[in-house]
Amino acid sequence: MGATVRVQEAVFDAAAEAALLAAGRTDIGAIASFTGLCRADDGLASMTLEHWPAVTENAIAAIAAEAMARWPLTGCTVIHRFGRILPGDPIVLVLAASSHRMAALEAVAFLMDWLKTKAPFWKREDFADGSERWVEAKAEDDAAAARWRG
Amino acid sequence: MQILYFAWLRQRTGLAEESLTPPPEVTTIRELISWLATRGPGHAAAFAEPALVRAALDQELCGPDTPLGTAREVAFFPPVTGG
Repeated sequence: MGATVRVQEAVFDAAAEAALLAAGRTDIGAIASFTGLCRADDGLASMTLEHWPAVTENAIAAIAAEAMARWPLTGCTVIHRFGRILPGDPIVLVLAASSHRMAALEAVAFLMDWLKTKAPFWKREDFADGSERWVEAKAEDDAAAARWRG
Repeated sequence: MQILYFAWLRQRTGLAEESLTPPPEVTTIRELISWLATRGPGHAAAFAEPALVRAALDQELCGPDTPLGTAREVAFFPPVTGG
């Protein structure tokens, strides 16, 4: 069924998305899943995700297509939220379906590593005292993305 | 030329985008950054540390020495932090 990519403000339903990947098929042996949540570090009140609407969906679709080319996936799903997100709420969902678990697990790790370093999103942390701070890119995220090459 | 700003570059310049015609001697991303930084205190703050700024020419990531050529749009943003 290929890759499903959505960039949206609304919350997503991970179980429903996984069911869609498997619907009507009996050749899938594994669906691996990652859900990224908003943590309440240091008195964080909310997080605001800015993105580049003209580019974001295509950028994620290119990353998803790369995952489909590198692993024998029957499908994958990437949903990334933008706007204001509260602690405990989900930010991003990545699913990969395959006949066997290793391809699904590796593809999910790859998708997250490349999403974090290549998709045009920027996180701003908003604190209870009214202050705010833009999240800085992490060297370990670059290193994680680099291990997949290309 | 349309210039786009994201995240703290947008906040510091106070602009999501602006339409500008750089002078002819501005031919690369690096030169465009230097020229934009002279446009006011907000722009100066946004481009105070050029090493922290990423650029895309007509939606393609590019380095500081990339020629502007006939590009219609240049976007400036910090390293991405999604996921």
